[in-house]
Amino acid sequence: MQIIQKIGLAIFVIALVIFTLVPGLDSYKISAEDTKINNEYHSVAFERAAQDQGLYEREYSSTFALQSALKDVFAAAQKDLLTRAGEDKSGIPEGVSEWDFKLGDWLFKDYFKFDMYRDSSIGPVSGNPWLWFGLTIGLALLGGLMYILPKFLRPPGIKNDHIYHSSMTRGVNLTWRVLFIVATVIGVLTYGFFYMSGNLFWPGISALVMGIITALVFFAQKSIKHRPAKSASPPKFSAWLGIFTGIYLIGFYILLYWAPVHIVGWISMVSPLSEILNGGTASQWFLYGVLYTLIILVMGVRMMSKYMHNKYQLIRTGSVMFFQLGFAFLIPQILTLLNQPSMDLKNIWPLNYTFFFEWNINDLLAGGNLGIFMLVWGTVLVIIGVPLITYFYGKRWYCSWVCGCGGLAETLGDPYRQLSDKSLRAWKYERFIIHGVLLFAVIMTGMTLYGYFSGVRQIGFLNTGTVQQWYGFFIGATFSGIVGTGFYPVMGNRVWCRFGCPLAAYLGLVQRFKSRFRITTNGGQCISCGNCSTYCEMGIDVRAYAQKGQDIVRSSCVGCGVCSAVCPRGVLRLENASEDIARRAAQKRTIHISEDQIGVL
Amino acid sequence: MHTVIIGNGITGITAARWIRKLDSTHRITVISGESDYFYSRTALMYIYMGHMRQVDTQPYEKWFWDENRIELKRAWVDTVDFDGKMLNFADGEKMHYDKLILAVGSKPNKFGWPGQDLDGVHGLYSLQDLEAMERHSEGLKRAVIVGGGLIGIEMAEMFHTRHIPVTFLVREQKFWHGVLPLEEAEMVEREIREKGIDLRMGEELKEIWGDKAGGKAKLIVTKGGEKIQCGFVGLTAGVRPNIEFLAHTDLATDKGILVNEYLETNIPDVYAMGDCAQQREPLPHRRAIEAVWYAGRMQGEVGAYNVCGKKVAYDPGIWFNSAKFIDIEYQVYGDIKPKLPEGQATVYWEHADGKKSVRINYDAVSGAVIGFNLMGVRYRHEVCEKWIEEETHIENVLQTLGLANFDPEFYKEYEKDIVQVYNRETGSNLQLKQRRNLSSVLKFLSRT
Repeated sequence: MQIIQKIGLAIFVIALVIFTLVPGLDSYKISAEDTKINNEYHSVAFERAAQDQGLYEREYSSTFALQSALKDVFAAAQKDLLTRAGEDKSGIPEGVSEWDFKLGDWLFKDYFKFDMYRDSSIGPVSGNPWLWFGLTIGLALLGGLMYILPKFLRPPGIKNDHIYHSSMTRGVNLTWRVLFIVATVIGVLTYGFFYMSGNLFWPGISALVMGIITALVFFAQKSIKHRPAKSASPPKFSAWLGIFTGIYLIGFYILLYWAPVHIVGWISMVSPLSEILNGGTASQWFLYGVLYTLIILVMGVRMMSKYMHNKYQLIRTGSVMFFQLGFAFLIPQILTLLNQPSMDLKNIWPLNYTFFFEWNINDLLAGGNLGIFMLVWGTVLVIIGVPLITYFYGKRWYCSWVCGCGGLAETLGDPYRQLSDKSLRAWKYERFIIHGVLLFAVIMTGMTLYGYFSGVRQIGFLNTGTVQQWYGFFIGATFSGIVGTGFYPVMGNRVWCRFGCPLAAYLGLVQRFKSRFRITTNGGQCISCGNCSTYCEMGIDVRAYAQKGQDIVRSSCVGCGVCSAVCPRGVLRLENASEDIARRAAQKRTIHISEDQIGVL
Repeated sequence: MHTVIIGNGITGITAARWIRKLDSTHRITVISGESDYFYSRTALMYIYMGHMRQVDTQPYEKWFWDENRIELKRAWVDTVDFDGKMLNFADGEKMHYDKLILAVGSKPNKFGWPGQDLDGVHGLYSLQDLEAMERHSEGLKRAVIVGGGLIGIEMAEMFHTRHIPVTFLVREQKFWHGVLPLEEAEMVEREIREKGIDLRMGEELKEIWGDKAGGKAKLIVTKGGEKIQCGFVGLTAGVRPNIEFLAHTDLATDKGILVNEYLETNIPDVYAMGDCAQQREPLPHRRAIEAVWYAGRMQGEVGAYNVCGKKVAYDPGIWFNSAKFIDIEYQVYGDIKPKLPEGQATVYWEHADGKKSVRINYDAVSGAVIGFNLMGVRYRHEVCEKWIEEETHIENVLQTLGLANFDPEFYKEYEKDIVQVYNRETGSNLQLKQRRNLSSVLKFLSRT
């Protein structure tokens, strides 16, 4: 390793340490103006309790301390209002409903959002955000590029040396993998119980569905016979750096989705950038957008250094970098700056599951011509764009060229692509889960649109709002975020795309049954070495097809082209041509022995 | 009917799979002393380099064998009692067979060099060889590789990835010039040298010296008299059939086990195929022993038919092969001789970067295309094969050369340049009419 690379790596590690510490550096002092409680009874009661407990006098050393103080004041205010209302509710003024008077538990989250914490922070980070932006994100960029750019000096060719020797990319053994999965499932269901305000129904039904899928895989699909399944364990001990990375990413997503108040340090740090780009202060989503985009750009450069010899990879990586930077990040910022409705124009339903939500439709309808264009654009993409383009080019046009999740997977996730599970059992799980999510998305959206047009938002025992809420929590946040990215070092870089993404399921159905796209194999040249299968991020056993001379037509194939790139014998080629697809994909062709001679094939 | 297959390489396993396909009643047992499960021998280097785990080189999941009722037995066969149809294992166990397939592969050549059996002197053929390489790699200061074939260059690349200096002794004056034409051989040499490997052409091993204790290789002496310190000596001067354990039996052998075109040996119900088999009457343009992955696979398939009582002669059709010389892919279709034979002509195009080339040989009189030799460019097997089979005229081939192109999308197509080479050399004025396009390929292939 060159000296520049070593220095770069050191700088990156320092930047990461500082970044991790940033949310703990500021202190917090709130004033009466910071609280934005818009209910007069609540506001008065809260102020009273705040004065009592001296909330505004003290300076809190962390977001946790502030949150705890707020909780105490909030509880006192709750109690106060309860007393004032009286047992017989006689204390509630005429014409005011009980819940406008009393202070419900759920309002805590609504009243004290991250922006209150952000506005009340004092200290080095909020005092000098650019400095800390430079010390964290800036240094990480510098270090990352110092590490990556010298790679362009290497001769072009396959660069997979030592992947299974590295503690970052070697993968985790079965125990660790089970630990990650079980901890995630239990964590999500437990938190989901509280997230749904103590409702057991949704965590319960989710657990039941998981159980049913497992039963279907093992018994209906007879996977119980398929033992032992192909090992996904590393050759030696587990990848400790990978485990650390996974836990770090999962932690990041948990904070981002459900506890943004505790990362206001990061949010303050990027706030000046937000003001430049969109004219407003930063939210956690702006922070996420900045990080996401920069990571795709820097790791995209790394991807290019790795596949210098392969023009398909270069162009494709350029494409995901372009769509992330332009469509997902800059255009929405600029639209916001211009006070227009903003939208990631390439984020298609059902991946973009809120597209048909009432608030989104109303926002777009209220957004003038541009808003209406966006509504039509998004709808046309779903109904015409997806099937048509997929017919011509396969789902790759989206999944590995345009999509943001795919973009992250193909750049940040590239070092982990070999960790996808190639067993037949994993394929069976994949088909049930991904189509299950698609079904869930369709039902949810169906209920949403029905509610939008008919005004009926309760169908049987199902409430549209609750269905949306659970989908957002369970699929939108947990599956696509926490599992989707946090599991990179555990189960590969396409866990979400392979097992969860409803848009991928939709694209996949088109690809499987009506598309010109397939991967063709080069006659008898396969040596069954397994590079293609190993580096397939979607867990397709490419070799199983290649060694039989079959074309590969699989709904999950995202057309990243890496199988073709890593094949040492030039056996695989991605193609778009309509003729012959059914026969070539179905039949085993023995081209090296004449068929007449044998006569039974 | 109990069919026993000795050897779980590509040949033995292909035979087992095809027997199961053709006949559900056979009891099939595959015996291997080397590994529990079939793995792709060609991928050994990728395990060492950290591209894959050993399990990734196994093309079938473990349950596959149960599901297809192929019994696997891990044991070394000591002797075979052909009269009693009995296998005697090294641990004293015995096994009866009704039909026997010998797919026992080969082993690295050793030419009686002093010190060739020292510790630290290994070929690269089996998992055990790979383990030996791994064992000796820790702290290794230099490796010497003897013999310039496909395995030699693989071994050099393997050590190179671990930053272990390699000295590479090759007897020939040009690399693999027994197979590759001169320009291609030189291209490979350049590639080896560019990677910083100390390539010594025209140099041979004389002897290997052990350390004081006499157990472990520590230096080699070349025929030129040079002494080179090294902790590992790789012997990669070809392979020979692994048939010593069959000596002194009624089985007819020469270099390999002698078989007819049905892969039958001289003993009824005993077949031999793959690396260890030697054709009594080799087909024209083919060698008697074909120690090649693809030939092993085809023989396994043909052998299965014959074992199941459907007589099929081994006819692998037009020669093809492939390899990778560090970063340069190599494909060949048809009979490309290292030295252009009398009566043949060649079109040879080489890219300015010196890492890609296309050679098309054809009959100087009839113009019929004979073979394709490709470096760093991928061509489609079926298309090249059809052209050769149909003795297509070189000018027809050149004008539609895009049909053969199998490079990934967006790759530059060089067919026009190749046509230009032909035009320049023959004074013709051909134009390329067909660029890379799958639809045209499918139409071309379905044309009779």
